[in-house]
Amino acid sequence: MPAATPLYFTGSHMEVIWSAVVEAVQLITSGAPYLFEIIFLSLRVSTVAVGIAMIIGIPVGYLIGVGRFFGRRLTLVIVNTGMGLPPVVAGLIVFMFLSRSGPLGDLRLLFSTPAMVIAQVFISTPLVAGVTAAAIASVPLELRLQARSLGASWWQEALLTVTEARRGVMAAVVAGFGGIISEVGAVMIVGGNIEGSTRVMTTAIVLEARKGNFGTALALGFILIGIAFVINGLLTTLQQSGARYER
Amino acid sequence: MIHRFKASAFWRIAALALSLALVFSLAACSSTEETTDPEATVTEPVVEATKLVLASTTSTQDSGLFDVLIPAFEEAYPEYAVDVVAVGTGEALALGESKDADVLLVHAKASEEEFVANGFGTERHDVMYNDFIIVGPESDPAGIAGMTDAAAALTKISEAEATFVSRGDDSGTHTKELSIWAAADIEPAGDWYLSAGQGMGDVLKLADEKLGYTMSDRATYLNLMDTMDLVILAEGDAIMFNQYGVIPVVDATNMEGAQAFADWIVSAEGQAVIETYGVEKFGQPLFIPNAS
Repeated sequence: MPAATPLYFTGSHMEVIWSAVVEAVQLITSGAPYLFEIIFLSLRVSTVAVGIAMIIGIPVGYLIGVGRFFGRRLTLVIVNTGMGLPPVVAGLIVFMFLSRSGPLGDLRLLFSTPAMVIAQVFISTPLVAGVTAAAIASVPLELRLQARSLGASWWQEALLTVTEARRGVMAAVVAGFGGIISEVGAVMIVGGNIEGSTRVMTTAIVLEARKGNFGTALALGFILIGIAFVINGLLTTLQQSGARYER
Repeated sequence: MIHRFKASAFWRIAALALSLALVFSLAACSSTEETTDPEATVTEPVVEATKLVLASTTSTQDSGLFDVLIPAFEEAYPEYAVDVVAVGTGEALALGESKDADVLLVHAKASEEEFVANGFGTERHDVMYNDFIIVGPESDPAGIAGMTDAAAALTKISEAEATFVSRGDDSGTHTKELSIWAAADIEPAGDWYLSAGQGMGDVLKLADEKLGYTMSDRATYLNLMDTMDLVILAEGDAIMFNQYGVIPVVDATNMEGAQAFADWIVSAEGQAVIETYGVEKFGQPLFIPNAS
C-alpha cells in the first residue's frame, strides 16, 4: 500500500484495532493540549450537569419513592418516559428554545457550554430521579415510622431515608453521569462542536470518523472508555467500603 | 432485605438488557444474511435489488439532489437499490479505501485523482459543478457585500475580526475554504474564527445563529435559505468553482452496480436529471452538468 495514504484499513482488522490502541497511548503520553482540552471540557460539562440533575432529581426521586401525593403516578410516568428519551430529542427541544428565533433566543446561549449543560440536565435528571425513586422505595417503611415516632421532623426523616438508600442514590448519580458523558446527539446539536469552545470527546470522535481518521476516532473512544472505567471503579470502591461498615 | 431487593432488581434489568441485545443481534445477523445472499449469486438473473453503497458528501445530501437523482437511477436500473452514506469527502474516500462503499461522488479533485492513482478507484469522471458563495448577516459588519474577489472578501472579514464559521472537517468545502485563505495569504485564527467540524447545513445554521459569515455551496444555501437570515454577500470568483467527480471503487462488493451508476450519471439521461433539479423551486439549476 502506498505510504501517501495513511488510513487505517490497509492492514488486517486486528492491525486496525492495534494501531488505534498505539495511537491512544501516544495521544495520552504526548500530552496534546487539544486532547486534554476536550477531555476537561467533557468532564466539566457533564459534572455540572449531573450536579444540577442531583439537586432536582434526588428530591423528586424521594417524593416518588416514599409518597402518595397528587400527581405521583403522572410524575412517575414522566420520569420513566424521560429515562427513555432519546438524547438527541432533548437536544432538539433545547435547540429550538435557545435558537435566535426561539422563545429564549435573546439569552444568546446556543452553541455555548451552558446550552450543553442545559441539554444534559434534561437527559440526566430523569435517570437520577428514576433510579433514586427505586432505591428510596426499597427502604423499609418501618425505618421511617420509627424515626417519626422518635419525633423526627419531615426533613430529618427524608435525610435519614436518603442516607439509608445512599448506595442506590449513588447508583442513580452514576447512571445519570454515564448517560451524558457518552452522549453525542444533544451536545452536537446545541453545542455545535466548535473547536476550543464546545468540542467534547464524543463530538470529536464523530468529527475524526467523518474525516476518515478512524484510528484517532477509536483512540478517543478508548480514552472515553478509560475515563468511564476509572469513575465507575472509584464509585464502586466507595459503595463497597460503605457496605463493609454496614455489616 | 434491602440489598436482596436491589440485587434482584439489578439482575432483572441486566437480564432484560441482555435478552434485548440478543434479539437485536439476531435480527442484525439475519438481515445481513439476506443482503449478502443475492450478492453471492450475482451471475444468476437477479430478482431482488442488490444493494449499492454510494458514499457522497453532506453538501450533496443537504442540497436534496439525491431525492430525485437516486429514484431516477433506480428506475433505470431496478436491479440496484442505492444506499447513500453522506459524509465528508475525507471519510467518503476512506470508505472507498476500505471497500465499504461501492461508488463515490465527491468534490476534491486533487484527492480524488490521488485516490485513483493509488489504485483504489478504477477511474474518475467529471459529473457536474456548482459554486461556492460567501454568506453572512444582512448587517454585513465586514462590508463585503457585492464583492467578487473571494480572497479579498475573506481578508476584509479577518481584518474586521467578524465571526466566521469554518466547516473544519477536512471536507471538500473545507479544503476549498482553506485554499482561499491561502490565496489571501492569511492564516485564520482567533476568537472570531470558529472551526465547527460539522456538515454544511449545520454550519449554515451555526453562522445564522452567531450572526457570522461562512462559505457554502450554493445548492445547500438555496435549500435552507428560507429558514435563515443569511444572505449571499460575495460570489462569482473562478476560485469558487466546485467540481464533482464519480469514482467506482476497485474490488468493491458491487462492482457492476458501481460501474452502472458511474456510466449512468455521466450519460445524457443522468445529466438531464441534474440539469433540471432545482429549476422549478429556485428558478435556476443547483448543479451544472459537465460530463465530457
